[in-house]
Amino acid sequence: MVKIEVDRTQCQNFGECVLAAPNVFSLNAKDEMEYVPVADDSELDNVEAAVDVCPMQAIALR
Amino acid sequence: MSDPVVIVGASLGGLRTAEALRRSGYAGPVTVFGDEPHAPYNRPPLSKDVLAGGEVTHAAVAFPQRAATADVLWRLGTRIGSADLERRRVRTADGEEVGYRALVVATGLRPKRLFPRTAALAGAFALRTLDDAGELSAALTPGTRVVIAGSGFVGCEVAATARQLGCEVTVVGSSGLPMLGPLGEALAEDLMERHEQRGVSFHMGTHVAEVIGRDLVEGVRLADGSELACQVLVEAIGSVHNTEWLSGNDVDADLGLRTDSAMRVLRVDGSPWPDVFAVGDVARFPNAIYGDTPASIEHWNIPTETAKRAGRVLALQLAGDPGLADAVAERFAPIPSFWSDQYDIRLLAYGLPALADRVELLAGRRGEDCVYGYFVGAELVGVCGIGMRSEVMRHRDEVSRYGQLPIGETD
Ligand SMILES: Cc1cc2nc3c(=O)[nH]c(=O)nc-3n(C[C@H](O)[C@H](O)[C@H](O)COP(=O)(O)OP(=O)(O)OC[C@H]3O[C@@H](n4cnc5c(N)ncnc54)[C@H](O)[C@@H]3O)c2cc1C
Ligand code: SF4
Repeated sequence: MVKIEVDRTQCQNFGECVLAAPNVFSLNAKDEMEYVPVADDSELDNVEAAVDVCPMQAIALR
Repeated sequence: MSDPVVIVGASLGGLRTAEALRRSGYAGPVTVFGDEPHAPYNRPPLSKDVLAGGEVTHAAVAFPQRAATADVLWRLGTRIGSADLERRRVRTADGEEVGYRALVVATGLRPKRLFPRTAALAGAFALRTLDDAGELSAALTPGTRVVIAGSGFVGCEVAATARQLGCEVTVVGSSGLPMLGPLGEALAEDLMERHEQRGVSFHMGTHVAEVIGRDLVEGVRLADGSELACQVLVEAIGSVHNTEWLSGNDVDADLGLRTDSAMRVLRVDGSPWPDVFAVGDVARFPNAIYGDTPASIEHWNIPTETAKRAGRVLALQLAGDPGLADAVAERFAPIPSFWSDQYDIRLLAYGLPALADRVELLAGRRGEDCVYGYFVGAELVGVCGIGMRSEVMRHRDEVSRYGQLPIGETD
């Protein structure tokens, strides 16, 4: 299992993570990023890619 | 043991290359040389929250290190002074020679200075490194008169941060409007007004002709004859590629180190060095979105994209993998993405708005949240918004489809 934590004080809702890992991250109707905190191992590569591309470096893997 | 893959430059591009090598299956030795004393850290906060918050520490901006790269040898505080690409060796500034199996150039940029003497002048600052940010942050005390030479994104961000810290801020820019290239006239004008509303003054269409003060900055004289008194001068007039250490080798280092679309460094005759790569701000590479003309794109997402590409191609090459030719021929078209924070103004852009011959308001209103489209003829080359994130994102795909050209053969 991949455990994901986003620092909400940093996140600016850029949505770059949504492009990298669309099964884990999404933007809701109010333009706010939402995510599932625990994802399947098969998502690891995508989530790591999301960590890399997050401009605020707000995503951490636990 | 075989020679290591040597990466020169321990920042975003260097780190991501080491990670990509491991992810692509290369398990051999990797050595990263970096002349800064710090492990890789994130630069964008240096002109924004880190500069504003006064907490200029490495911990606040360090990139997390992954388990996969735990065995990478980080030789920090070690500058590479020269390289011999024929003999596959680099030499540190202290004269130590290190052989390599493959070399990755990730040495980025350094700020241009106004005059040779300002580099050592008290009160004059440039901003690229954590140490630069620490020094500048300490000087931005309330009431300080600050002149910022340069109205690009670093100049504008420092202006906003300094103003928020209570400084008296004047921006001097040679173009007619701040950030004119990346924003276009309408949005640049809007941005300038927003700065002015918050008390920043502008002297546009001129430049700093002289710095007044012998041992200490006392002011500047502009090309239009006016004089501005100041205690702090921030030089944000652009950057220079760190490629001098490659001089004497058969490479094209004019305006960035020229590579093919697989990020392999090119000889002057256009043929690639099979074992020398360049990534990040220092690389001038052909992007399939924009045709064959190589360009360096100094945006944050490019080091990651180019490092992933270089790391994968290099790993295949080191493994003698027959898939190498296909990987080299793959279309490489990373869409430039750009953001900037100034006060509560959050800019986000995709593509290269600077190429446009026409700009159109796509959504929102000037002076409020808004999105502009940048066109070449009928095609969208860039989109930029203040706020309205999903509206900007909505146009991202269209921007990345611009100029669907066949893969860039580098002449
Ligand atoms: C203040 C600031 C704010 C920014 N804000 C944004 C932003 O909001 N949005 C955005 O898109 N981009 C922004 N950027 C740009 C972004 O940070 C860069 O694109 C990115 O850092 C480039 O990474 P790089 O690894 O290619 O090069 P660099 O980060 O420049 O790293 C190169 C490293 O190599 C080292 N080096 C150089 N020569 C040698 C040598 N001979 N031997 C050993 N080491 C050497 C350098 O010291 C440096 O540590 C900003 C940059 C700065 C400076
Ligand atoms: S990429 Fe980072 S800043 Fe953007 S929405 Fe995702 S977590 Fe937030």
